[in-house]
Amino acid sequence: MKYVDEFRDGTLARALAQRIAEAVQPDRRYRFMEFCGGHTHALSRYGLVDLLPKSIRMIHGPGCPVCVLPIGRIDMAIDLVLKHNVLLCAYGDTLRVPASQGMSLLKARAQQQGGEVRMVYATTDALQIARDNPDRQVVFFAIGFETTTPPTAFAVLQAQAEGLSNFSVLCAHVLTPPAMSALLDSGTELDGIVGPAHVSIVIGSSAYRPIAERYRIPIVISGFEPLDLMQSILMLIRQVNDGRAEIENEFTRTVSRDGNLKAQDTIARVFEFRESFEWRGLGSIAHSALRIRPEFSVFDAEQRFALPYRLVADNKACECPAILRGQKSPEACKIFGTVCTPDNPIGSCMVSSEGACAAHYQYGRHRQEVVS
Amino acid sequence: MSVKPDYSRPLDLRHGVVEMAHGAGGRAMQQLITELFARHLGNEFLQQGNDGAVLPAPTCGQRLVMSTDGHVITPLFFPGGDIGSLAVHGTINDVAVMGARPLYLSASFILEEGLPLADLARIVESMARAATAAGVPVVTGDTKVVERGKGDGVFIATTGMGTLPDGLDLGGARARPGDAVLISGSIGDHGIAVMSQREHLRFDSPIVSDSAALHELVAAMLATGADIRCLRDPTRGGLAATLNEIAHQSGVGLLIDEADIPLKPAVAGACELLGLDPLNIANEGKLVAIVAAGDVEPVLAAMRAHPLARDSAPIGTVKPDSRHFVQLQTRLGGCRMVDWLNGESLPRIC
Repeated sequence: MKYVDEFRDGTLARALAQRIAEAVQPDRRYRFMEFCGGHTHALSRYGLVDLLPKSIRMIHGPGCPVCVLPIGRIDMAIDLVLKHNVLLCAYGDTLRVPASQGMSLLKARAQQQGGEVRMVYATTDALQIARDNPDRQVVFFAIGFETTTPPTAFAVLQAQAEGLSNFSVLCAHVLTPPAMSALLDSGTELDGIVGPAHVSIVIGSSAYRPIAERYRIPIVISGFEPLDLMQSILMLIRQVNDGRAEIENEFTRTVSRDGNLKAQDTIARVFEFRESFEWRGLGSIAHSALRIRPEFSVFDAEQRFALPYRLVADNKACECPAILRGQKSPEACKIFGTVCTPDNPIGSCMVSSEGACAAHYQYGRHRQEVVS
Repeated sequence: MSVKPDYSRPLDLRHGVVEMAHGAGGRAMQQLITELFARHLGNEFLQQGNDGAVLPAPTCGQRLVMSTDGHVITPLFFPGGDIGSLAVHGTINDVAVMGARPLYLSASFILEEGLPLADLARIVESMARAATAAGVPVVTGDTKVVERGKGDGVFIATTGMGTLPDGLDLGGARARPGDAVLISGSIGDHGIAVMSQREHLRFDSPIVSDSAALHELVAAMLATGADIRCLRDPTRGGLAATLNEIAHQSGVGLLIDEADIPLKPAVAGACELLGLDPLNIANEGKLVAIVAAGDVEPVLAAMRAHPLARDSAPIGTVKPDSRHFVQLQTRLGGCRMVDWLNGESLPRIC
């Protein structure tokens, strides 16, 4: 497949692995966080850990959209379905995130009462469903980082232009740079960060400059393909060795310094900052999420259905908070692989294959020691 | 006064739809059976019109194999097949991978009120073509109609029966460390053909379902006399599920090589687009064979000589592993686990 196979070439991977092995200094340890779930998934799916020297430790970050969704937000979506009888459209992974009282959107869908839950691939699907069902309230459950935000903004503008009065958005969009800062403030010790791929297409590489300068940490923006990741890891190693803390861009084929200005403009037209937002694992972070501007409030499901947000505590045994901060690895969690599995997730990190726990369960358990 | 001959208006196969009366046991049902099912699927057993088919008992040295499968696919028609041909192929294959020669099928139709009779006719004709081509007749059947909204057009449950010679066992518990793992061709074609129809995806080269009856391929493989330990068709859950089943049943591990698994570029592309792993995608015309290491050559040659298995390839080996893990050597030289599919096949979002 063109533009894909080139970035998954085994021979080039082995050559890069060789260069990485030569670049690491014997007396040093390298703790790198891949911020994005897309990178976590790629590392696991391609077995890249096997190609890296032991002195490099990859720590999974919180950049998995469904992992950072707090229980209270999922509860709001479930309330929309069960109490307000709406037709809720959501991205696939969102459906399995555990909510209060053992519920999830999948379980809400299976119930006889209430509205309906449909999986969509794009906001345009949700708009079409709203057009096709003029007598029903259709709500799009908007989650994700800056990657998925522009399409949501577009959907709101489109709904306004068409006068689509039965369409609204339950917005849980979050922002990458504040989360990265919060993570570094929380005491996670890192030597470098593999920066987001798709998020950076929208916000540009310059968005991370304040972080690199304030925390003196190297950041390399990386594509999601395995060779992108290996090249980025090599670039991080060189920065560490040289004592540099710069923003470097490995993903130059799509990421520019200033990002996609049109997308940024669309986001700014429709959304504004929330004063603070509760993240699963990272707690409350100021100006880290978006809500729909008052001039578009008719398309804001929170307003239309007067939905309150309630803070719900995570399951006590679940180590997702520490795992999302990179302070624990999945197998260090007592319930990993026993009570908490992808078929019956307790914590959100076990839901999406971009989540640290699910990626490890699905792809990496063979590396664990056999316990007899 | 002369008595008028019996006349009933023929089924309107162009504009008519399934009605509740078609399942009520009256004249309408009889008409549907005669004009549609018996007409296309007709054979000596079905034509007797009895409640069941009377079949000859297997000869000495043969055992009976029976398998059943419900088909509930959406959309009913997809590139490379439809629910009718699928209902025939799916069940024949379940019997065939047991090592048995499939002989008879039964078919139970659950129709939804409102289903166009034209669609039903197309499905039954396709089913008849598939059964005739395979040489496995539908010898008994049933029709029920459910109210509109309580079905999905049509559900078809088929049961297959076949004979298996004494001494032949191809069960999933027979894989041993050192054995080779073979696949009869490219993976994921069926699932992606159906999904692309569902998602309205278009490709330069259309992806066609691999739906096919595999009993002749199995017969050709068995005729080599090679030591075939087990056979299985990787349908729902894809290759990943089948390999995990065999690993668990046999109490072994499996190590497969990503680069050796046949995969069509269009299927690989669609999987990229939809965020799916081809290892989890359904096949309807492929089989996995576990073969003793020394017998790979003749089995592979027999497979490649068959039109349904030209792209057969060895893809891995059986390993000792108390955890029964299936592992994959990636193209990049790393290693990862291949797990069962978790829950539904939900695409990732970014």
